[in-house]
Amino acid sequence: MRLTSPRGGVPRHGRRFLVILAVLFFQAALLLTAHPSRADEFSDGLPALAKGSYDDKIAAASALVATGDDRAGDVVKAFSAGNLYVRKSDGAIFVGRDGAPSGQALLTDPVSGQDLGAVSESDYEKIRVNNKVRRALDELAGGLALLGKDPAKRKAAAAGLFGTSDASQAGRLTTALEKEKDKGVAAAMRRSLASINIGDPDPAKRLAAVKELANSPDQQVRALLLSRLVETNGKPAEPDEEVRTLIDSTLSHINLTLQLWNIVGSLYQGLSLGAVLLLAAIGLAVTFGVMGVINMAHGEMIMLGAYSTFVVQQVIAAHAPWLFQWSLAIALPTAFLVSAIVGIVIERGIIRFLYGRPLETLLATWGVSLVLQQAVRSLFGPSNRAVVTPDFMQGAIETSVGITLTYNRLYIIAFAVVVLAALFMVLQRTPLGLQMRAVTQNRRMAAAMGIPTARVDAFTFGLGSGIAGLAGVALSQIDNVSPNLGQGYIVDSFMVVVFGGVGNLWGTVAGALSLGIVNKLLEPFAGAVLGKILVLVAIILFIQKRPRGLFALKGRSVEA
Amino acid sequence: MFSMKALKGWAAAAAVAVSAATGGQALAEDTIKVGILHSLSGTMAISETTLKDVMLMLIDEQNKKGGLLGKKLEPVVVDPASNWPLFAEKARELLEKDKVAAVFGCWTSVSRKSVLPVFEELNGLLFYPVQYEGEESSRNVFYTGAAPNQQAIPAVDYLLSDDGGGAKRIALLGTDYVYPRTTNKILRAYLNSKGISDADIFENYTPFGQSDWQTIVSQVKEFASQGKPTAVVSTINGDANVPFYKELANQGVSAKDLPVVAFSVGEEELAGIDTKPLVGHLAAWNYFMSVDTPENKAFIDEWHKFIKSDKRVTNDPMEAHYIGFNMWAQAVEQAGTTDVDAVRQAMYGQKVKNLTGGVAVMNTNHHLSKPVLIGEIQADGQFDVVWKTDGVVKGDAWSDFLPESAKLTADWTYPWVCGNCEKPKYPVLQ
Repeated sequence: MRLTSPRGGVPRHGRRFLVILAVLFFQAALLLTAHPSRADEFSDGLPALAKGSYDDKIAAASALVATGDDRAGDVVKAFSAGNLYVRKSDGAIFVGRDGAPSGQALLTDPVSGQDLGAVSESDYEKIRVNNKVRRALDELAGGLALLGKDPAKRKAAAAGLFGTSDASQAGRLTTALEKEKDKGVAAAMRRSLASINIGDPDPAKRLAAVKELANSPDQQVRALLLSRLVETNGKPAEPDEEVRTLIDSTLSHINLTLQLWNIVGSLYQGLSLGAVLLLAAIGLAVTFGVMGVINMAHGEMIMLGAYSTFVVQQVIAAHAPWLFQWSLAIALPTAFLVSAIVGIVIERGIIRFLYGRPLETLLATWGVSLVLQQAVRSLFGPSNRAVVTPDFMQGAIETSVGITLTYNRLYIIAFAVVVLAALFMVLQRTPLGLQMRAVTQNRRMAAAMGIPTARVDAFTFGLGSGIAGLAGVALSQIDNVSPNLGQGYIVDSFMVVVFGGVGNLWGTVAGALSLGIVNKLLEPFAGAVLGKILVLVAIILFIQKRPRGLFALKGRSVEA
Repeated sequence: MFSMKALKGWAAAAAVAVSAATGGQALAEDTIKVGILHSLSGTMAISETTLKDVMLMLIDEQNKKGGLLGKKLEPVVVDPASNWPLFAEKARELLEKDKVAAVFGCWTSVSRKSVLPVFEELNGLLFYPVQYEGEESSRNVFYTGAAPNQQAIPAVDYLLSDDGGGAKRIALLGTDYVYPRTTNKILRAYLNSKGISDADIFENYTPFGQSDWQTIVSQVKEFASQGKPTAVVSTINGDANVPFYKELANQGVSAKDLPVVAFSVGEEELAGIDTKPLVGHLAAWNYFMSVDTPENKAFIDEWHKFIKSDKRVTNDPMEAHYIGFNMWAQAVEQAGTTDVDAVRQAMYGQKVKNLTGGVAVMNTNHHLSKPVLIGEIQADGQFDVVWKTDGVVKGDAWSDFLPESAKLTADWTYPWVCGNCEKPKYPVLQ
């Protein structure tokens, strides 16, 4: 019979004793030899970052932070950003910076702080990180940033520690919390501390943690609380009955709040989809709604607007980089002009010969749309072009109740309102608008009054196309800039205009918003595909009942 | 006795006819024609144009080495314009009119399904370079892209592993057509076998070109906040990816909390997006441009020289064409003819060096053995490999995780000679 004994032969408590002895000895040695100029714990710990599995790298990084050395923060941050290099010849670690020319790296020695400048990348190797390492590193960096100067950064660091699996962060949070004066930052720290304490062995501490978390009922908290109820082998993670009851009641409270806010969220998403539809359709409301031209190339006008944005950004990046934040503002008039001019050329070259022949117009403009698509494809290539989103349009307003209001969508809603207002101004307050309305209401009478109807037709078509170009600038921020961009919007645009009532701008607005909101309210239940089908069926039924759409024009002008 | 004689007679006549035909061809033409069947216009042009270019490059390279069998290769490029029925027409044109020796082409599964009857009727040879849903093996097609067990299954294994975040809930997002639906069916069966119940799987399909992802990203966030580590498996195809990733970035979904692994997003697709907010999201392929091998470096240099721009990226289907074309060229040299039946026999066991290291082998089920890599998106639009299989994985035409296809075998050599059989066509001799 064999005796079972721990690996290595030394009894367990004996091993622990040895470890303690070794640590004591090591610390004593450190105390004795501590000297600023020689290699220290920090530089000794560095090479381990490049070795072993992902778990080994995490362990090496936490050991480095545990030294308490100030230089560790920069190394951890660079590591997380994938900017840490190891020299192939001797395994020394260096911190890289962005902006190096291709094939080279800009490196700094983390120990001495000495700048190596640009060096050939082939002598160095980037240390690999994956999501797991990055998560651990960001928590380590967050722990270090808790005592920083900038309150916003402290708050972000505290929030980043929410739900961390690294229990040693609790000590850091407690220390930071004692010193913290900013109320918002302190709240974030208490929240993250509670998220750690919820796994504490002491039931009283866990109870207090749940009470603290109940103050901020959001998705993160719900996820954390639910994870305490997950059962493994029939036992929930939370052993205490009292704590579980509190978790249950907190959860039902959170769920109710979140459900209510979900409806608000869907409405906002519907509004923003409505704004996109409105932008895409409003140009068509002019060419199709006011002039009666079935313009299948409308989508390509949007596409041209998006490509104008791309070209403007390229030119700015090459010649005037300081203007980059303004690139979209510069792209707006450019896109308007490009699309408007192309529109006028199409009107003068093709459509004017086909007035009163809708079928031929449809086929001819469809042909034009294919020509434009292929022209752009030959000129810019078939692949997507990257349009950069300026910084102020990135990110989102994160509310604590699980709704995110993304900035790009907010800007697009505002932009749709501005474009709509501008179009109304042009139609109602300018001579061109007056002439447009006169020509579309009674062409012969307008001609008799001396209005150059042919020129007005051209300008009206140009205006509709130009507005489509403006929509293209906005859509370049949320969609692909590819030759196929327009195709995705042409059917939706016609749907909006027909549903809203041909010839009525308010109808287009109402049509776009109601389609957007109905779509978004249906989508969570029916799914995107079925939702679209349901909306389409509803519109067909509606048009059967009211062939002229939501807001039908009345009176004599309808027949003209 | 009579029938035996007749059979022999027929066989002899056929042999004479075949040799006469090939002999006549050799006299009439001094080039070998290679068909390229990729959309150069329409929605798929974004992906397929590059493949046409890479084929032209490979043919050009082969011609510089002296062509094949002492003849130059001549590319025949046609444009099926992203129009599925047109694919079948163009395939017929290539095989009947141009009499090409082999065709390299197709991207979407529906285009492949559309040309399949034509290739089988006219006994042509198609090299299909794109990862696909499997559940198919045709005698006339060599599948050089990944089958589900060479992409989807290893990717899910990684997500469930400790290194990949130990996911316990999986959201399957896809575009609504055959590839995502079949792949997700296989994945669901696989996840169930790994102990993940249907309650922890979220499946959602969107139309082609979906541009408004607000609802779905919110739903996924909601799904992910149920107390278990969650990951997303995306079979979203083509243009819909850019708005999807933009919405993810804007709604603050970071790869650290909710990694997305994609099967249809490569270097080419990322070229249209600012990838800084996407760092850490994943893709599973058999090839990444960033892999540092001498073969890959030579291939990228050659590509940049050919396309006259060092900004252009390379991707997985390009490597698939590289492997497929070189295997075909070797098989033609070995068979000493471009005759389809002879080349097909010579294809089995053909080896070509992968650009990412190791050797790809053509199996008798018409699928390759290739390594599987998982890469994380980097800020520069490239992928950094975070995990790879130890060796090569043999492509499996019929998934082992679907009960009805687990019993099927694809093997085009004796005694099977079948793409979807439960038992061999011919008696097995001991």
